[in-house]
Amino acid sequence: MDQFRLFPPQASTTSHEVDALFFALTLISLFFMAVIFLPIIFFSVKYRRGSPADRSNPRSGSFLIESGWTIGPIFLSLGLFAWGAVAYFRIERRPENAIDVEVVGRQWMWKLQHAEGKREINELHVPLNSTVAMTMTSQDVIHSFFIPAFRVKQDVVPGKYTGEWFKPTRTGEYHIFCAQYCGTQHSRMIGRVVVMEPAAYERWLKSGEPTESIVQTGERLFRDRGCSGCHAPNSQFHAPLLQGLYRNPVPLANGTMVTADDQYLRDSILQPGKQITAGYQNIMPSFAGHLSEEEIMQLIAYLKYIGNQPPPSQE
Amino acid sequence: MVSDATEIDIKTAGEFARENYLSVHHGVGSWLLTKDHKRIGLLYLFTILIFFLIASIAAALMRIELVTPQPKLVTSETYNKLFTIHGVLMVWFFLIPSIPTVLGNFVLPMMIGARDVAFPKLNLMSWYIFVAGGALALWSLVHGGVDTGWTFYTPYSTTYANTHVISMAAGVFVAGFSTIITGMNFMVTTHKMRAPGLTWFRLPLFVWSLYATSLIMVLATPVLAITLALISVERFWGVGIFDPKLGGDPVLFQHLFWFYSHPAVYIMILPGMGVISELITCFSRKPIYGYVWVGSASMAIAVLGFLVWGHHMFVSSQSVYAGMVFSILSFLVAVPSGIKVFNWTATLRKGSIHFATPMLYALGFIGLFTIGGLTGLFLAALAVDVHVHDTYFVIAHFHYIMVGGMVMAFMGGLHYWWPKISGRLYPELAGKLAATITFIGFNLTFFPQFILGYLGQPRRYHVYPPEFQIYHVLSTAGASILGVGYLMPLIYFIWAWKHGRVAGPNPWRATGLEWQTPSPPPEHNFEQTPVVTGPPYSYSAEKDVDLDLASI
Repeated sequence: MDQFRLFPPQASTTSHEVDALFFALTLISLFFMAVIFLPIIFFSVKYRRGSPADRSNPRSGSFLIESGWTIGPIFLSLGLFAWGAVAYFRIERRPENAIDVEVVGRQWMWKLQHAEGKREINELHVPLNSTVAMTMTSQDVIHSFFIPAFRVKQDVVPGKYTGEWFKPTRTGEYHIFCAQYCGTQHSRMIGRVVVMEPAAYERWLKSGEPTESIVQTGERLFRDRGCSGCHAPNSQFHAPLLQGLYRNPVPLANGTMVTADDQYLRDSILQPGKQITAGYQNIMPSFAGHLSEEEIMQLIAYLKYIGNQPPPSQE
Repeated sequence: MVSDATEIDIKTAGEFARENYLSVHHGVGSWLLTKDHKRIGLLYLFTILIFFLIASIAAALMRIELVTPQPKLVTSETYNKLFTIHGVLMVWFFLIPSIPTVLGNFVLPMMIGARDVAFPKLNLMSWYIFVAGGALALWSLVHGGVDTGWTFYTPYSTTYANTHVISMAAGVFVAGFSTIITGMNFMVTTHKMRAPGLTWFRLPLFVWSLYATSLIMVLATPVLAITLALISVERFWGVGIFDPKLGGDPVLFQHLFWFYSHPAVYIMILPGMGVISELITCFSRKPIYGYVWVGSASMAIAVLGFLVWGHHMFVSSQSVYAGMVFSILSFLVAVPSGIKVFNWTATLRKGSIHFATPMLYALGFIGLFTIGGLTGLFLAALAVDVHVHDTYFVIAHFHYIMVGGMVMAFMGGLHYWWPKISGRLYPELAGKLAATITFIGFNLTFFPQFILGYLGQPRRYHVYPPEFQIYHVLSTAGASILGVGYLMPLIYFIWAWKHGRVAGPNPWRATGLEWQTPSPPPEHNFEQTPVVTGPPYSYSAEKDVDLDLASI
């Protein structure tokens, strides 16, 4: 990656989309530069002090011209806005059926885990032509997960889950940068994405020590940390059941409804009193400080897994 | 501008006014206790130059460090402190005060035919507050510095940074009151102190732009003060406001910070635009094209500027729909800036263009500001911003606006009003040379950073991948040239203060009221209050004569 470049590699579907808009903006900029700079140069020569040019009847304004260069740019702006917004909407929307990767940022490294359980530090192996979707959080300050070759970036915020996805279209190794200033070693919080042929990726995934999947780890934690003591179907405590919960509406004690997404599950583990399900008491202790960010993500992976199963019939 | 005072000027043409605001009082005390807006303007000039110098040294050290991909000169910790000190001092202690407090203080009352600003004592007080804020910032610097970046993002600044965040924030907090007082003073002055006949639509456009700027200063700065106070509260007492570990929301900080800091961008550029309107008209000998549109554009920018802060947060986890609203408003705020550039260009038509030093700075401003503005469209376009956010593309963009725009305008204005301030001309050839060197050096410094940013180089990186080196080397080479461009005026201004050729009251044959009084002006500006009978910029390109600027 050491040669002289004017332009970053295009290695994802998004990169083509972003570059198209970038080129359009560049052309429009060149057009406006011509529209402004050429007359300035022309007038500077023609009307330089002492030149014989005709200076009679100067105009000091024209409503028509002023309206023209006000309204023209407004319409152009709206067009550019729409183009950028449509592409942004696609970038921000998490696609279905993606390969899941969990990312935890900390000063000053990236910790990543694949759904199959394989862990990586500052490296991300992904298969060519598959959609990869990351769920990200930080255990300290704000970081930002930036892959220039894919034209994607998203801040990684403590206390919150953010997402980022891409579909690589070229094999190779590409930079990962932390783009949000995060302290002393910010510029060393870098890594690489390795885009591999799918077969090579499968081999890589199975190499090394066998690991349990994220869902299996989550299930183990669900038992070991005592969650199942209350939230299992046969529990004697009055706690909400979690089967069939994920992405479904939950009625709250205060009369509002909330969708059980990742953020809701996370908040319910760390701040159980924040959103009480209707018909239940606030008896759950907070697990803040007792679970690492990775463990919370693993638990949520398990809750998603059982959340997609049909709810058991209530007794 | 037509005025009854014209006859007085002709008597003093080509003379150095011996009885002036500088000669009437002597000694340090006469400066430290002065209530004269002109002397206060010079106090500010001296003060902000010190901050500009320190912040420039920080920039120079960074540029030298970045010549190589691996660290050679300083540690990462020091590097982070360098960009923090560069940002804090340049933004709050140079750019924001620069044109309003120096040129605004000096010429605003004279431009409207007043003896002084509305509240001369408050004016002096605002300088003392500014110095106190600056002293706190320097104290933080001397005692080890701050490494949060000028943006103070949480929770890094509140919980994790191990440096003098509170004292630095306090410095900025205190300096903010100076900004608010100056803004209020200018607004009242413009409302209440205009000369007879000087209606709102006869005001020079520099006055309009200062008015729009003052509005933002008064309305936005308190939000900054609140935000910085909240940081200190969380950092000192551990009250959870921004840190999620304490139950806070780190993104809330960004909303509050940019609610101030985006309008602050317009605090920094609007007065520059006002200066350019003065320079373009004077040196093309034409009334401004589209006076009402240029003046209204300032007000439109001031209002719309409050509604675009979220474009700093497109990848912050703010909602997608909020992002869309902020994107569309950001595109719209570009329109009034475009109107100004088009009108300046149209003003040149059928003019009689003098390429004097201030005009070179003004033309340089239009070139650089146009590039800065157009690259702003890239950042307003959501999908492109995702890629270039927090990269050198953003750095290049805002330096084109802040340095290419604002500093060029400040230098242009300083050269333009220098004969009024000092009563003497600077060497014209050296001035033209400095303006040209600045323009070339600036482009070489910052244009490569657009490419670097699109390649993916993140900002605030002490070490970087080796393939980016070529652009960093170019940028550093440009910065060295830029440094020469800034040092030259410093040297010849100091020289010209005593030895420059006597300017006379109106060396540019300009039409503003400030040119209808001797140079340097008397303590109370005008022998008798001028009466205004016509619109501003009553220049005539057809009846133009050569300016006699040949230097010694």
